[in-house]
Amino acid sequence: MNLREFSPPALGQALQPNIWDLVALILITGAMVLIVYGGEQTAAPLSALDVTPVTLDPAHLPAYALRTTMRMLLAIVCSIIFTFIYAALAAKSRRAEMVLIPLLDILQSVPILGFLTFTVVFFMNLFPGRVFGAELACVFAIFTSQAWNMTFSMYQSMRNVPKDLEEASQSFHLSGWQRFWRLDVPFAMPGLIWNTMMSMSGGWFFVVASEAITVGKTTVTLPGIGSYVALAIQQRNLPAIGYAILTMLLVIIAYDQLLFRPVVAWADKFRFEQTASGNVPTSWMLDLFRRTRALRSLSLPFEALNKMISNLHIVPPGAWKLAPEPQGQPSRIIDALWLALIVAITGYAAWRIYEYLSTTLSPSDVFGAFGYGLLTLARVFVLIALATMIWVPVGVWIGLRPKLAERIQPLAQFLAAFPANLAFPVFVVAIVRYRLNADIWLSPLMILGTQWYILFNVIAGASAFPTDLREAAGSFHLKGWLWWVKVVLPGIFPYYITGAITASGGSWNASIVAEVASWGNTHLTASGLGAYIATATENGDFPRVVLGIAVMCILVTLFNRLVWRPLYAFGERRLRLG
Amino acid sequence: MLDQVQRTNLLDIRSVCRSFPKGSGEDLLVLEKVDLTIHSGEIVGLLGRSGSGKSTLLRIIAGLVSPSSGEAKCRGETIQGPPNGVAMVFQSFALFPWLTVLQNVELGLEALGIDSAERRTRALAAIDLIGLDGFESAYPKELSGGMRQRVGFARALVVHPDLLLMDEPFSALDVLTAETLRTDLIDLWIEGRLPIKSVLMVTHNIEEAVLMCDRILVFASNPGRVAAEIKVELPHPRNRLDPTFRQLVDSIYARMTQRAEPRPLAIEGIQGTGVGMVLNHVSSNVLSGLIETLAGPPYNGHADLPVLAGSLQLEADEIFHLGEALQLLRFAQLSEGDLMLTEAGQRFAHLETDARKKLFAEHLINYVPVIGLIRRVLDERPSHSAPVARFRNELEDYMSEEYADETLKTIVSWGRYAELFDYNEQAESFSLENPH
Repeated sequence: MNLREFSPPALGQALQPNIWDLVALILITGAMVLIVYGGEQTAAPLSALDVTPVTLDPAHLPAYALRTTMRMLLAIVCSIIFTFIYAALAAKSRRAEMVLIPLLDILQSVPILGFLTFTVVFFMNLFPGRVFGAELACVFAIFTSQAWNMTFSMYQSMRNVPKDLEEASQSFHLSGWQRFWRLDVPFAMPGLIWNTMMSMSGGWFFVVASEAITVGKTTVTLPGIGSYVALAIQQRNLPAIGYAILTMLLVIIAYDQLLFRPVVAWADKFRFEQTASGNVPTSWMLDLFRRTRALRSLSLPFEALNKMISNLHIVPPGAWKLAPEPQGQPSRIIDALWLALIVAITGYAAWRIYEYLSTTLSPSDVFGAFGYGLLTLARVFVLIALATMIWVPVGVWIGLRPKLAERIQPLAQFLAAFPANLAFPVFVVAIVRYRLNADIWLSPLMILGTQWYILFNVIAGASAFPTDLREAAGSFHLKGWLWWVKVVLPGIFPYYITGAITASGGSWNASIVAEVASWGNTHLTASGLGAYIATATENGDFPRVVLGIAVMCILVTLFNRLVWRPLYAFGERRLRLG
Repeated sequence: MLDQVQRTNLLDIRSVCRSFPKGSGEDLLVLEKVDLTIHSGEIVGLLGRSGSGKSTLLRIIAGLVSPSSGEAKCRGETIQGPPNGVAMVFQSFALFPWLTVLQNVELGLEALGIDSAERRTRALAAIDLIGLDGFESAYPKELSGGMRQRVGFARALVVHPDLLLMDEPFSALDVLTAETLRTDLIDLWIEGRLPIKSVLMVTHNIEEAVLMCDRILVFASNPGRVAAEIKVELPHPRNRLDPTFRQLVDSIYARMTQRAEPRPLAIEGIQGTGVGMVLNHVSSNVLSGLIETLAGPPYNGHADLPVLAGSLQLEADEIFHLGEALQLLRFAQLSEGDLMLTEAGQRFAHLETDARKKLFAEHLINYVPVIGLIRRVLDERPSHSAPVARFRNELEDYMSEEYADETLKTIVSWGRYAELFDYNEQAESFSLENPH
């Protein structure tokens, strides 16, 4: 699948920060405050869970891995359902779009692990004293790491459905429901699958992080690879960490071969192109399915179900009806009422936030949080720069050698999917042993898992670099510095930016687990916004968690809009090849 | 023909108008008081330049666009949304790339809720009829353009529509493929094997219209309206080389190049005076090439448009664009289906590159008001630069955004060739500076 077909949705829609971002930020923060507020009102301590204790016996690892994987799959199913509903609403209703899309923009920059605090509170209150609540909280955390970019991609596809196909489905009397399943979903499929893959890659990180979490006095430990590692850290058991890493490797390989590749190969038919492309993705698993009659019959019920769903005669809600043309001007009065409603809700949310936070926090807390935010920002910036200096030359070198690229590319994608937090303890042991400065040496952990996005995007860019341009550069004797600056770097720039955006977003998220680390009783902390949020979470200090998350949201959004977006636009406009 | 069919009105269009909102608030009228009646058993063609509103009319009939005023009735019922008994064939085929040929053809039946056994029978019959046997399980991207459009036809025919709408169905195909498909279709029509009563097709290809239609409505632009109705009474199969056929084609060419009375604010064409003139983008290379061709033998400065279009392998619409651009710049004169070089055009043909640019610049400033305006503004301003937005706003007072874009594109490319001004894409501004 060609990487360049999909822009990183993390960038959002708007070019500059605008009033809608603020509205969305207030609404999201307000929702968090309300959840915490409700949790505090019930005042019941999050009751201790009756969970089978996790043991470090490697024999249990397959079962743990299975449970971790089940959580992942459950979350992805939720994400897909959410995507269909949310994207359809946003794409078909102008008024819903006004709110839903800025909301999505901001949700994408909310640190997922910060979310966890609230979801644990929320779901534990929903199912007091039951493991089910904790399981749901964990699945929800993974969901929040997966859903937004999938939704964005689906929404963008739905807005860009080719006009002629739209007219054809209208003129052949497809109902709104049929149209959704026959036109919108298939057209969105390649982008959706690509984003689902990226989401799954990112998801492993969060499933590991959210299986063992402490909020205030409550520690939730769900059986899985993540809690296995947490226990190993507590007991300073390095071999156990090795086993966990090994298990995770096998799980991700199995997921890639058995699930992901077949889906990509199957989805190739949804690519919107008029000519068959030479490079068709393949999967031995899918071939097996297609060639074996017994296995193929397994897929028949799914096909029948698909047909049945899409042909159901469901009367579409009013917004879905495709009027031939918007009749006249859209009603100004309803628009005004709608805006007034949004303003009222936002105002209410702002007031609740103020009321809740002002009782415990002073302006100096806000400044403090921003100060920590700037520290983390500096870390992200330096790390991306370092990763760029290392991986761009390496990626170009690999990408220009097709045979090598073919072999390295899956490895880089695999490393991006691997939950780097499993490997954290190995680094922490080294920091503890050599008494290194935590402020500096904990930082690389933030980019440990996300640097690979830069590598594999650069490899993809260099592989796609047109041969004729390389030959032209060669025949004009372009070498050395000139060759890098005038030939290769501009050529891979759009790819690099895509990778760097993903890496930077991931690093912000990772900061919450990377800026604090422990090995047995030794605790390391690097000062920064991630550590601020993590510490507040551990202390059950909800106002500070809300503040920390809001600050991170603001910084990430500003960074995206003011740095990445212009760079991306520049790359797309001036440096896009072919 | 088909005299056994009683002559009922399949379609009734009465004084239909349609306008679209444009940049500056006022609406842009694209269709003005169109009347059209279609009976059973005829093929009717809507012939006109791009932008003459014929596609809009087709979409009104297809129920995809609603008229701003007037009455559109299909089989006696007012059209609201896609009417029953009407199916459409698209210029771009509009096939679903993720469905096989068979699935694409079945789609319309599925929407009608027809059960799967009958669906299959009818779809296979349509595939058989249109000559797609053996391709049932292929995906559209595996097919050639001609085969794809056959799928488009099968998909429309399978619902047995009374009225088949065709939106320039052959214009995305190469010459040979288009011709095969046309003859196949006409053969099926005269043999009475098509499960339809009438056909309404949009085209800008004059020969195609004369070849296929029983009745041709010639559209004039700006606003789009029916300029003439021509009956074609030649028997099928028609022969392109038949003198009557040629005569008819020539007369339509002449009619389409004939200019109506000058309109003060023409949106298209050259009669417009002010800056509100739409400039269709034609590369200066093509213009130079055309002038050279016209100046040389066998034309020697005077060409018959159908002949010229044939030898350059251009569609009528394209040759009109080129001819009008030359006429606007006073390098040539269009009349009665002929294109004649002016004295300036003759001179241009024999000049060297730099002298050509000079002459071109002179004509641009004198005959293209908006370019003259830009140059004046740039000369007057101390900075010798001006944002594009300033001129875009002015253009959008007269035309839609797309036309304004097209016009600006033309201005930039002609201005650059003539070295009248420079354009900075990033800053979106014109300036007098030239990198020397």
